[in-house]
Amino acid sequence: MNQVNLNVHIDLTRVEGHGHIILHTSDGKIEKLLWEVVESPRFFEAMLRSRHYDDVHHIASRICGICSIAHTTCSIQATEAAFGIQPSEQTLLLRKLLYNAELLESHLLHALFLVAPDFLGADSVFPLVATHKDVVVMALRLKKLAYNLAEALAGRKTHPLSCAVGGFARLPDPGELKAFRKKLEDALVDLDTTVKLFKTLSIPDFTRETEYIALKDPKEYAFISGQIASTDAGTVPLDKYLEVTNEFCVPHSTAKFTKNKRDSYMVGALARFNNNYDQLLPRAKKAAKELGLSAPCHNPFMITVAQVVETIHALEDSINLIDKILARGLKEEKIVVKVRAGRGIGAVEAPRGILFHDYTYDANGILTRANCIIPTNQNHNNIQKDMEALVPRLLNQPEDKVRLTLEMLVRAYDPCISCSTH
Amino acid sequence: MKPKVAFFDFTGCEGCQLDALNLDAGEVIDLLNAVDIVNFREVKTERTDDYDIAFIEGSISRESEIPRLKKIRDQAKIVVALGSCACIGGVNCLKNHLPMEEALQIVYGKDARYYDTIPARPVNAVVPVDYYVRGCPPVTAELVKVIKALLLGKKPDIPNYPVCVECKMAGNVCVFERGITCLGPVIRAGCDAICITSGRRCWGCRGLVDDPNLDSEKDILKKYGLTVEQVVEKFRIYNTYAEVTK
Repeated sequence: MNQVNLNVHIDLTRVEGHGHIILHTSDGKIEKLLWEVVESPRFFEAMLRSRHYDDVHHIASRICGICSIAHTTCSIQATEAAFGIQPSEQTLLLRKLLYNAELLESHLLHALFLVAPDFLGADSVFPLVATHKDVVVMALRLKKLAYNLAEALAGRKTHPLSCAVGGFARLPDPGELKAFRKKLEDALVDLDTTVKLFKTLSIPDFTRETEYIALKDPKEYAFISGQIASTDAGTVPLDKYLEVTNEFCVPHSTAKFTKNKRDSYMVGALARFNNNYDQLLPRAKKAAKELGLSAPCHNPFMITVAQVVETIHALEDSINLIDKILARGLKEEKIVVKVRAGRGIGAVEAPRGILFHDYTYDANGILTRANCIIPTNQNHNNIQKDMEALVPRLLNQPEDKVRLTLEMLVRAYDPCISCSTH
Repeated sequence: MKPKVAFFDFTGCEGCQLDALNLDAGEVIDLLNAVDIVNFREVKTERTDDYDIAFIEGSISRESEIPRLKKIRDQAKIVVALGSCACIGGVNCLKNHLPMEEALQIVYGKDARYYDTIPARPVNAVVPVDYYVRGCPPVTAELVKVIKALLLGKKPDIPNYPVCVECKMAGNVCVFERGITCLGPVIRAGCDAICITSGRRCWGCRGLVDDPNLDSEKDILKKYGLTVEQVVEKFRIYNTYAEVTK
């Protein structure tokens, strides 16, 4: 028996930022179904204008409190591209390691603090302190480890400090890196426990094939390098990013929406997994198999599972990176920046998906134009289309179940809503 | 009866709230023994309008945020501004240098008519604030210190001297000596000069000390080759609101 009249208005929780799920049905028919983004915009593209290049990444970092390392890195890459600066190998290794630290922290926060309570029948992680203390203590321990690694590399994780255009303003202590290597190895055990936990959760069975877009680099599972790959349209260079994203405004969202070959596309952990599965490191591949995740996967609820797999990849990669950095030895490198007029595009895989910063500078290194396209911008439209496919299948269920399933769908995307509105 | 604590976010990146979770497991458990967290949208689903202490994150940048904030002030016995956006307006106020129509136009172009915004402002420009947890993001230890102080009904011991004091204690070479300019001489300490220790300079996220010697700061910056306009540009990053109102 279908729910004849539903009047659902969900002010979504356990996500970053403000979004509403609206569902009205009348006589069993859907009258209104909307993913509304109500976050207050901050106008970063306007605020970045007239800023000196050395302040630009500091300000751009503030687009997001969770993925500030992604924004800082992307911003620095855009500025370096505009000035024609090629960062050193040492800088790239340190950026990758720092990047992994953020990915670990962000994915763990999402999987264990924001998503797990849905499956364990709690409204937040707080009551789990009493019922699942081991899991909570483990989650806090892992999160803290990732945080401390970022701290060792960049001064702190949220709004990192040592990252600069042209290199690192301060190098980490090799002894400290060595100590982190040991801690990361120990953490592999905690991640095994996380995999075991996720194996017991029953992920909703829902598929809707869409276009999956992610960075692709022939050398590795791409996070801070590569070109734009689509499961529908192949690979294109970064300077074609506007032709892929096609941003547009809708009145019910302060964040812009995007589309490419279909009605919508997906970015993030599952889009990366679908495009780059072959390049995952061995432990991550093994975990994917254990968790029943194989490419291509068209179930958006599996995004969190793909995040767990990526967490293991990032941990393994971090151990390899520390070995590489220590083997070649850390050397002080003088940062030399020669400004010039021009435009540069930066692209990275933020935890929630592909991120673009596009800057134009004048000859004095003052920014004249900025454009930022955020991962969650690119997922909003896909969330809407998923809801449209999912709701008709839910209408024979009690209202509580409809609400929870819709919340879980949006939450699976790990939306970074204030970031998407920026 | 444990005091009921609520977290609310307005215009910002939500990094302050997330950093508030960056406690050790033991600290989290201690905190949950001392207070009941009743509203925390970012990590918790259930909520209530019955709370004693409200943490406000973000600045105020839309008309609709003003009545929402006033309602929270009416309900809460104690209001705490959390982070630079809430305490001093922060980077969001950079847009205040433009007419709002122009900011809307730059970001939304032909669709600007769908959206609204007002010049960004700190929480105390709208309602009285009892405690401030400064910084972008705040230092977790300072947040814990402020929570302890407000539970005891005391004034937390937060420095009202410039960053330079802590920077010297941290053993840093003054960045002016390295040819880099810094806002440390007029910005409130409490951060252990973390930006300078990490190889950078002070951007001013904790706001000005109560009686900043701005003229002398401007003289120092000028001495090291920056024009007054460039100096003002540096101040503006976090302290536009103070600049406009003073």
